[in-house]
Amino acid sequence: MDKQNKFSRRRFITLSLVATGGMCLLSRCVNPPLSSWRFLTGQESVLLDALVEQIIPADEWPGGRDAGVTNFIDKQLVGPYTRYQESYRKGLHAIQETCKTKFQKQFENLSWEEQTQFLKKMEAGKMEGKAWKKGFDREFFELIRNHAMQGFYGSPRHGGNKNNVSYKMMALDYPVIIGQNRYKK
Amino acid sequence: MGNKHVNAIIVGAGAGGGVVAKELSVAGLSVVLFERGGWATYDDTDTDELISQRTTVLGNAYGPDDQRYRRVMANPDGSTKIVLPSEGGYSNNAACVGSGTVSYGAMAWRYMEEDFKLKTTYGPIEGSTLEDWPITYEDLEPCYEKAEWELGVAGDDSLNPFAAPRRKPQPMPPFSHNREAQMLHDAALRLGFHPFPIPMLRNSVPYGGRPACYRMRTCVGFACPVNAKAGTHNTVIPVALQSGNCELRTNTVVSEIIVNEQGKITGVTYFDEKNRKQVQTADLIIISASATETARLLLNSKSKFFPKGIGNDNGWVGRNLQGHAYTGAYGIFDEEVYDDLGPGASVAICDFNHHNKGIMGGGLLANEFIRMPYLFSNIRPPGAARWGAEHKLFQRLNFKKVAQVAGPYQEIPNFEARVEVDPNVVDFWGIPVVRLSGSRHEKDVEGCKLMSEKAELWLKEAGAVYTWQSVGGKGLSGGQHQAGTCRMGNDPKTSVTDKYGRIHAVPNLFVADGSLHVNNGGFNPALTIMALGYRVGGYIASEWLKGNRFK
Repeated sequence: MDKQNKFSRRRFITLSLVATGGMCLLSRCVNPPLSSWRFLTGQESVLLDALVEQIIPADEWPGGRDAGVTNFIDKQLVGPYTRYQESYRKGLHAIQETCKTKFQKQFENLSWEEQTQFLKKMEAGKMEGKAWKKGFDREFFELIRNHAMQGFYGSPRHGGNKNNVSYKMMALDYPVIIGQNRYKK
Repeated sequence: MGNKHVNAIIVGAGAGGGVVAKELSVAGLSVVLFERGGWATYDDTDTDELISQRTTVLGNAYGPDDQRYRRVMANPDGSTKIVLPSEGGYSNNAACVGSGTVSYGAMAWRYMEEDFKLKTTYGPIEGSTLEDWPITYEDLEPCYEKAEWELGVAGDDSLNPFAAPRRKPQPMPPFSHNREAQMLHDAALRLGFHPFPIPMLRNSVPYGGRPACYRMRTCVGFACPVNAKAGTHNTVIPVALQSGNCELRTNTVVSEIIVNEQGKITGVTYFDEKNRKQVQTADLIIISASATETARLLLNSKSKFFPKGIGNDNGWVGRNLQGHAYTGAYGIFDEEVYDDLGPGASVAICDFNHHNKGIMGGGLLANEFIRMPYLFSNIRPPGAARWGAEHKLFQRLNFKKVAQVAGPYQEIPNFEARVEVDPNVVDFWGIPVVRLSGSRHEKDVEGCKLMSEKAELWLKEAGAVYTWQSVGGKGLSGGQHQAGTCRMGNDPKTSVTDKYGRIHAVPNLFVADGSLHVNNGGFNPALTIMALGYRVGGYIASEWLKGNRFK
């Protein structure tokens, strides 16, 4: 980007801030990205959606996918979890490669039961193929499992637990008001 | 421009250092209090579970941070691993003014008389460095009392028949029980146990100019939004600052103790808030940086006079690292036991703290602090689903029906559980980092097992329909209760400091934190660390007023 463009872009941001009262997210308003993800590719996000939905499935309450768990993980992968970027890139790729070899399908297109069995095998460390060597199958499963739990049960400020869904499910009032929060009985 | 010479340097503004700062500055000594962190407030992370001091997966609310700090963990097979402050095994204590006392659960335990003479009580134990303290409970009692009254403790020890004798009661009435604790209280009586309300460094009524507790569920792991929880940051440190004699230097990292050409300790080098290397000189130095960091500073201070680090002529600095093996049980009840009356932990028994057959020591047992949603997602009976529909259903149906009873088991001191400095890894400032190695004594598991059985029995009597034990393991201890690495003792060959916390053979260098503990009690150690702060600080102040300049 040359200087002139940079300048005019900054001016545009200033103007739009004035016009909208600063309500819109700058990057989205000015320059819509191809993917809204920070680290994940679009394809990876579809796979991760399927994985976190398996870890926390929808029932009467939304599951991991609708609670924004993928968004939580994506956000942490460019923050505190930058150190796990390589594991995710490698692990998500290995899942799809294994599915292609075994089922000639992407993981997200397997039946629910096939997906579950696949993850149980990962959890038990019984994956075959050199991508899963040295216990990477179990390690990556634990990573996704723990991060999914954090995204679903942690504070919404980190990008998951959309609309306090898990807190509502557990009948915990949030935000905690300083003083005693009492439930309606 | 250089820093002005002062009477005393204190390294670390936590439970020990904060108390010493107050004792010295009120006595008229000029003091510089170094703290690697800044002032922490509730607003930094409010009720965010994932960035608290209890669940640190996305970072520690009150530090240290993952960017500048690291440690090395040495495994039994000789392999090593770098651990970050937000990861398990780091043995973290908060990096802020007040340190752990800002965000702790605030239990205010005095150790028992037996805890000061374990060797006399239990005899030598194979594979252990078990020893009596060079001081008795009676020696420390006035210091406990001072801590209870100056910081503020709510409790009533007269309800605990196993409590050591005291001259004065605790200053505030004890807390009332929540539903779960009341059920456990009643069950304990039926079992012939002796339940009582946990003493707390938390206001049950307004005290010390701070309000009473609002009983939030987010207490342990979090700062208090209304200052009802007493730490050194809102009690003794402000008094020190108001004296006009104490300068608090936040965001400063002390790297080495300076030894001059005559072999005398003259001050410290440190990195200031802009990471510039500086020197501060003083007549005497008190290190209160926690059992891991105090040992690290001594070991990193090598010179021709102290080739193995200061106080380490006999290789005892960093040895006997102890924390607590947390052990207990869970129970699921038919009805909700959760009534959202925080912080949760309120009923305890000391029936199994000492005098258990075949077991050294023991520990208190108490109902636990309220478990936050993510933490609870890792609490499941053996064999239960760890993910999937069943796991989610368990979370929904049982969050308010599960109670936990647990306690800190007093670990058997073990010479091989230790803090060293790593030969290769340095932190952001280039200072060699802590290297942790070793494991708990093999007999600890037996003690943990016994306590877990008692915890399970107690839960069943309270009406739990399904129970399971969670037994403390063998791995290296430490954690927030870290202690023991600069043991006090009368024999310089088998200890690091004398009975006033002074490094043997070094007249002007003291330690005042959990490092001094010969053993760590079956209790949370904060009040004992504070009491030792009063002992060390009080000794220095009284000597100073008599004209002793510690030369």
